[in-house]
Amino acid sequence: MQFVDPHIHIASRTTDDLQAMARAGCMLVAEPAFWMGYDRSDPRSFYDYFRQLTEWEPKRTANYGMQYYAWMGINAKEAENVSFAREVISLLPEFLDRPGVLGIGEVGLHKNTRNEVLTLLTLIELAAQRNEQLLFHTPHLADKYRGTRMILDLLRADSRIVRSRVCIDHCEEHTIRLALDEGYWAGITLYPTTKATPERAADMVELYGPERILVNSSADWGPSDPLAVPHFMSVMRHRGHAESLIRQVVYDNPMKFLGQSRHFRMKC
Amino acid sequence: MTETTMTEMLDREFLTIRGRFLDLAAAIDRFDRAEGDVADDPRWHQIQQVIEILASPNGHRAERAQLALSLNYSEDWRRIYGV
Repeated sequence: MQFVDPHIHIASRTTDDLQAMARAGCMLVAEPAFWMGYDRSDPRSFYDYFRQLTEWEPKRTANYGMQYYAWMGINAKEAENVSFAREVISLLPEFLDRPGVLGIGEVGLHKNTRNEVLTLLTLIELAAQRNEQLLFHTPHLADKYRGTRMILDLLRADSRIVRSRVCIDHCEEHTIRLALDEGYWAGITLYPTTKATPERAADMVELYGPERILVNSSADWGPSDPLAVPHFMSVMRHRGHAESLIRQVVYDNPMKFLGQSRHFRMKC
Repeated sequence: MTETTMTEMLDREFLTIRGRFLDLAAAIDRFDRAEGDVADDPRWHQIQQVIEILASPNGHRAERAQLALSLNYSEDWRRIYGV
């Protein structure tokens, strides 16, 4: 069965990973801009990073027969310096107009500070003005519940935001219902130790149904697995779930969500 | 979605649960052999709280354990932050 990984950091992965993903049935990936493991020293560093995501990584991925899309944004971890972040945000419109760019992401909160909120409000404003799709990073560990509630508060206060074009990512057991109940897409990230395991993701699909749920590897430079989505698929099969249900979660849902972007072009 | 019986579930999950519980029991035993005291450490209280949730008869244990391990949310955060 073919699958989509709607959140993976290809820039941090090797060609061996790309080959393994393609052999496992991956036909499309989406890469959000994120924290590359170090704080960049100058806003212009992001210009080159955005070029990497819009020029180089699509070619590298195409070598293995997979389609590539990117999201543009400044991550919450580098959002604390508001003036720095605003300089980066000023670079975004040029890249948001490029083919293969889905919208603004991953943006959100990290430690839930006031400055992070100020940067996020600027990003939400840009998205609303340009009618862009949004992909939200929710915080790690103990900060996740508070940060997710704060992000949902900000979105609820802006009537211009179309909820069906927003994904609240890295949902876990205590946040997924919050996102789904308010009409957003809920992303579940499959990590070996933090976030959710494939088994817990399957539990959440069983509890809440497959509608508006996306599963992703978010594989990056840390402990993560670029084959996490097929791992989830095998857990679902082992539990006796129908192939049609599995396909809905790993293929139909991401195609439906990503397909709302004006730059999305399905290549058969 | 599936019509798995509890017996089938136990067949499938028993060894995994057994292994994880033994890992957990051994990890907590290690505290008994260590020096010092963590009785006042909030993380220790969180561990005790999650053990109680696991042993409780009510459902949604994963969700309740997550909340026990989370920072509190205050509805008036926007007023506090002035945004």
